[in-house]
Amino acid sequence: MALVLTEEQEMLRDSARGFLDEKAPVAALRKLRDTNDETGFSRDLWKEMAEMGWAGILVEEEFGGADFGFVGAGVIAEEMGRSLTASPFLSTSVLAATALRKIAGDAHRQEYLPKIAGGELIFALAVDETRKHGPAKTAMKAEKSGNGFKLSGDKTFVADGHVADKIIVAARSAGAPGEQDGLTLFLVDAQAKGISCERTQMVDSRNAARLNFDGVEATGDDVIGEVDGGYMALEGVLNAGRAGLAAEMSGSAQQAFKITADYLKERKQFGAEIGSFQALQHRAAHLYSEIELAKSAVLKALQDLDAFYGMAGPICSLAKAKAGEVAKLASQEAIQMHGGIGMTDEYDIGFYMKRIRVAQEMFGDPAFHADRLAQMRGY
Amino acid sequence: MSNLEAFRAEVKSWLEENCPEEMRDGAGGEENICWGGRNWTFQSEAQKIWLDRMAAKGWSVPAWPKEYGGGGLSKEEVKVLKAEMRAIGARSPLESFGIWMLGPALLKYGTHEQKLHFLPPITRGEIRWCQGYSEPNAGSDLASLQCKCEDKGDHWLVNGQKIWTSYADESDWIFVLVRTDPKATKHNGISFILIDMAAAGVSTKPIKLISGKSPFCETFFDDVKVPKEHGADVNAVVGDLNRGWDVAKYLLTHEREMISAGGGGLLGGRGLGEVAVSEIGLEHGKLADPMLRSKIAQAEIDGWAFLLTLERMKDEAKAGHGVGANSSMLKYYGTEFNKRRYELMMDTGGSDELEWEGERTRDGKLAKGWLRTKANSIEGGTSEVQLNIIAKRILALPGA
Repeated sequence: MALVLTEEQEMLRDSARGFLDEKAPVAALRKLRDTNDETGFSRDLWKEMAEMGWAGILVEEEFGGADFGFVGAGVIAEEMGRSLTASPFLSTSVLAATALRKIAGDAHRQEYLPKIAGGELIFALAVDETRKHGPAKTAMKAEKSGNGFKLSGDKTFVADGHVADKIIVAARSAGAPGEQDGLTLFLVDAQAKGISCERTQMVDSRNAARLNFDGVEATGDDVIGEVDGGYMALEGVLNAGRAGLAAEMSGSAQQAFKITADYLKERKQFGAEIGSFQALQHRAAHLYSEIELAKSAVLKALQDLDAFYGMAGPICSLAKAKAGEVAKLASQEAIQMHGGIGMTDEYDIGFYMKRIRVAQEMFGDPAFHADRLAQMRGY
Repeated sequence: MSNLEAFRAEVKSWLEENCPEEMRDGAGGEENICWGGRNWTFQSEAQKIWLDRMAAKGWSVPAWPKEYGGGGLSKEEVKVLKAEMRAIGARSPLESFGIWMLGPALLKYGTHEQKLHFLPPITRGEIRWCQGYSEPNAGSDLASLQCKCEDKGDHWLVNGQKIWTSYADESDWIFVLVRTDPKATKHNGISFILIDMAAAGVSTKPIKLISGKSPFCETFFDDVKVPKEHGADVNAVVGDLNRGWDVAKYLLTHEREMISAGGGGLLGGRGLGEVAVSEIGLEHGKLADPMLRSKIAQAEIDGWAFLLTLERMKDEAKAGHGVGANSSMLKYYGTEFNKRRYELMMDTGGSDELEWEGERTRDGKLAKGWLRTKANSIEGGTSEVQLNIIAKRILALPGA
């Protein structure tokens, strides 16, 4: 497959960019932050996105989705990264839609996929329990109880956790923390008895939560995938999320760089545009090169998720690691090259740095993924 | 069967019949290259037979037009040929600066007579060319070159010096950038001229490099008389007089694309991690040197992303978006990456790889390769020049 967007995907990108520029620019995120909005995104806007087919971008047509594949989802994530749009796209339309489509049984799929596509339900994926990502570290207990399970433990860094209607949670039904075997995925109601939720105000002004499960009852029907054998299935879902985040960071990096390059052409010091100084030109040119590399890795990861879903682990790690490093560099260079004005809250560039910091941490930072790649390659 | 598949079948059986067994060892490497030229001594009878047969078929330079000694193959057919050659481990029959550099320049800027005169001997490996660009005082600022070329009526008179002329001491002809109009602004008085190395007044002197090898020479022109025509209507100057910079720029872009398309040598050989495991070993399932492991992992990430970028740029070019100044980005990143890769190989090799002579290191093969890479980011335009080009042409940053 050629490593370029198809015409259809390019059209999706152009329409997404137009829509987001108009309806959800950085100013919209700023407003959500300044008004301490309790939802953390605009439900009306999410409805509109659903009507355009974004919410169901990964949902089959028979369930009312657009079925545009991971490249399509990545195109939207990238555009959202450009405009720093707050929405439940990652949690619901990428993570939950992938989990339901790839792992869940018919009953779950038929019930929930149409509601995801329709923008009617918000989902959250609860995996991490400690400050650093690591699905195998899962300690949350899933104890057998009657015909079902009782879930107990804590989850952190759960995107959209405080507004979710449904939660997909990874728990340990066997084995010990650190082991891959023994994980089971459950789909539970966010209002279920025993779940308490603390919304966490994050650096990037986007939604996250800490959840506590205190003997939450789940039946066998609430299990998605295999009991005790959920690790690989979860990895697949996480890979989709990693590629989505990588695409988002690629978009954020490109936009932060564009804002910076424009500033270099405009800002004058010592009687000249600062962009005429070679010290800055070379840094900008280097950053440009790095961004091109990140774009390539991201597109390949998305294409491989579409073509070889079960084997996309390494390429998704590559994309997440590379996009994470590059986006971080882009945000750092952006502030440094802007000078003092880059440090002001009034100026947008800081929002990019904050979002990138959060996105690169979620589901494994560049070091996590570099380590994972090294392990996969036998060193 | 599609035409392409029919062609593949034809190629397969032709190669099976014509490629000598000894030329099927898949040997790459500088030491196995057949460069051709008047001074060339074939390394084996098989090397000569292989070249002669491929040249007769037009496949030593398969993409060039048939009338100029090429095979007249389409891009797709060239791909098929290369793939089938790879499949049987066939060596390249011929490599040369004539193929890589002069040929593309003549095909774009040359007259029919120039092409007819100069291209076929290149495809047959009869004439070996070298490139006279840089001068002692014209490196990164190539357009400030001073090698003088005066119009003496029936001939040109050339005086000056070139440096970093690859294999000048073994070459038959040289394509040279000379100053034909000293009064014009620096880019506008340069011409691209072809000179026989056997002409009186041309001399060369090899330059010994830090790797111990001497692939480059200094080349001197001392009152060299160059005929206006190298045959009936075969002009010595390529392109318009005083417009040689256009030709040079075109070739530099072409060269950059070639350097980057090679992936800076990333495509062959074992991975850094694999080599490190065999040399340093594992501890608890991980490379025993954790700091090195981390650096290697970072490098493998960048290397992989770079290879994908080469692929993407090729696909974008196919889709009609020109690669343009992105060839500078690829040249910059690929060569810097290759240096980093060799540094890591030297880190991995430790003191064992520091033995300059002897069987164990095959006379310091890795160390010499490592030193060689230091030129990657200098030749064909330094990294700094590439960054300048990106800043100017892609980012449209203001001029200094």
